[in-house]
Amino acid sequence: MGKTFAEKALARAAGLPEVVAGQVVDSRPDVVLSHDNTAAIAQIFYSIGLKKVAIPEKLAITLDHAVPAPTAQHARNHAEVRVFVQEQGVRHFFEVGRGICHQVLSEEAIVLPGQLILGADSHTTHYGWMGAFGAGIGRTETAALWATGELWLRVPESLKIMVTGELGRGVTAKDLCLHIIGQLGADGGLYMSIEFSGPAIERMSLSNRMVIPNMMAEFGAKNAYLSPDEATFAYISERWVRRVKAENPRPAAAMQAFSREAEEVIRSQALYPDPDALYFGEHTFDASSIELTVACPHSVDAARPLAQVKGIHIHQAFIGTCTNGRLEDLQAAAEIVKGKKVASGTRLLVIPASAEIYAEAIREGYVQTLLAAGAVLGVPGCGPCMGNHMGILAPGEVCLSSANRNFKGRMGQPEAEIYLASPAVVAASAITGCITDPREL
Amino acid sequence: MSIIGKVWKYGDGINTDVIFPGKYTYTLRDPAEIAAHALEDLDPAFVSQARAGDIIVAGRNWGNGSSREQAVTGLKYKGIAAVVARSFARIYFRNGINQGLLLLTCPEVVDAAQTGDVIEIDLTAGLVRLNRQDYSFPPLSPTTFGILEAGGLVAYVRHKLGLPDSGPIGSSE
Repeated sequence: MGKTFAEKALARAAGLPEVVAGQVVDSRPDVVLSHDNTAAIAQIFYSIGLKKVAIPEKLAITLDHAVPAPTAQHARNHAEVRVFVQEQGVRHFFEVGRGICHQVLSEEAIVLPGQLILGADSHTTHYGWMGAFGAGIGRTETAALWATGELWLRVPESLKIMVTGELGRGVTAKDLCLHIIGQLGADGGLYMSIEFSGPAIERMSLSNRMVIPNMMAEFGAKNAYLSPDEATFAYISERWVRRVKAENPRPAAAMQAFSREAEEVIRSQALYPDPDALYFGEHTFDASSIELTVACPHSVDAARPLAQVKGIHIHQAFIGTCTNGRLEDLQAAAEIVKGKKVASGTRLLVIPASAEIYAEAIREGYVQTLLAAGAVLGVPGCGPCMGNHMGILAPGEVCLSSANRNFKGRMGQPEAEIYLASPAVVAASAITGCITDPREL
Repeated sequence: MSIIGKVWKYGDGINTDVIFPGKYTYTLRDPAEIAAHALEDLDPAFVSQARAGDIIVAGRNWGNGSSREQAVTGLKYKGIAAVVARSFARIYFRNGINQGLLLLTCPEVVDAAQTGDVIEIDLTAGLVRLNRQDYSFPPLSPTTFGILEAGGLVAYVRHKLGLPDSGPIGSSE
């Protein structure tokens, strides 16, 4: 019997020749992620009775969820994280403003295809874009991982989603995901590994692909998987070489040899499911039939074709987050708002997902275009996504957001409403002041 | 082992943002403070009226959304004895077990129970009892049972590493 991606990845992470869905294994992840929650996890860790983290070389920590510190309490939390990083010799630490954890770890090639990353963040499913196994975990178990380097995981059943055809004009991976979650429900992939395949996925840019496993957290999934291809290997190996070079300068000749080998090393670690693997189920979606889609308050599976919600007035338009704050997203927004102005009574908030994206967006002129249209640019990070700061809503306000979650109270105020859509839809709606099809602007 | 408690009944898809709002996640760390906001955007009566030993009964996908563990911490601190649901979001399920909160899947009892009912959970027999009717639930896996029995993952890890049990997780910062 063939193996799914999840069975192969968790067998490797558990050091076992093979595992089957349903089996509980002690896995040893390659990377353990945490962010602003690191200080709270450290408190649990020290309460175990230990002083030193067993695997400081595997820890990756970003400050991104409330940055720069909006209150003295947040500042104290950040200060505690910095002390922990220093004392424990944490290998990968990214300061305030570098960007959102999942974007930064991808840009820095800290996770590689075929590896296992466990993160104290529900969107750790993100790393499936490169064919890695990423799963979110809680704080206590993150502390247990720091203590022992291993954690129990149940090998998930796998659900296959085949996407045929090609997405229509202006339709993005975000629309595809909202459509799938709307059709199958917010628990349609509960506990499962979601394997995506098909020509529509293969044709997507990497930036668009990254949206898919990220959004699968809203589908109940444990992880998601896209097959790594030449574009994936080129992106990861270039960034891996760049990081290794910066961390550990070597003579030019050695570096050239490493550059040549890097892509081969990465390619050789990639995992692909067997054609005869056993799946819990299979769904096929025709990409060409997917419409622009909007998730309505207060759940992601309350998804509807944009045509049905067109014209709803919005007070705030937000483009950013680990889901849709990349260069391609800012480009789409800039192209739409170029030469136009944000509607009176509406504000447009743009937060690049990382400092690297921000710098590129300045070079490309997108930032100037957005500013000229009246947008507000924020510091790279999670921004108002989970209601910490930089764009909290007032009671009765409506926000159209490019984020992944629209739960009641999510942006800091239970009496507000959040709709989710692609960056292009958010940008077009900021110009008109109501939910708008960008192709009609 | 048997637990008897009064039911708080909720619907499908209750997410972590209404169990514990995200705006508090990086400022509140004391379990008592966390518990003071439990379910505040869903049922404002819960914090003032729920008592230790009460049981939450809920629909599908309880605890979906964020990985935030405070969505368990608050209920645990309030002394909620168990959550019985049609299904659980996976990270919530892990967080619950890892903090020693009993989580059971039993759709039939979710159909039958209402707020204010008294139910009995018999862990040994694998049964939930309501109005003299028995409903069975699937047994816990040995790993999850071991963690629950130890009182949570911290105690379980201490035991594994041969460290002394120094009591529950401290609440001071």
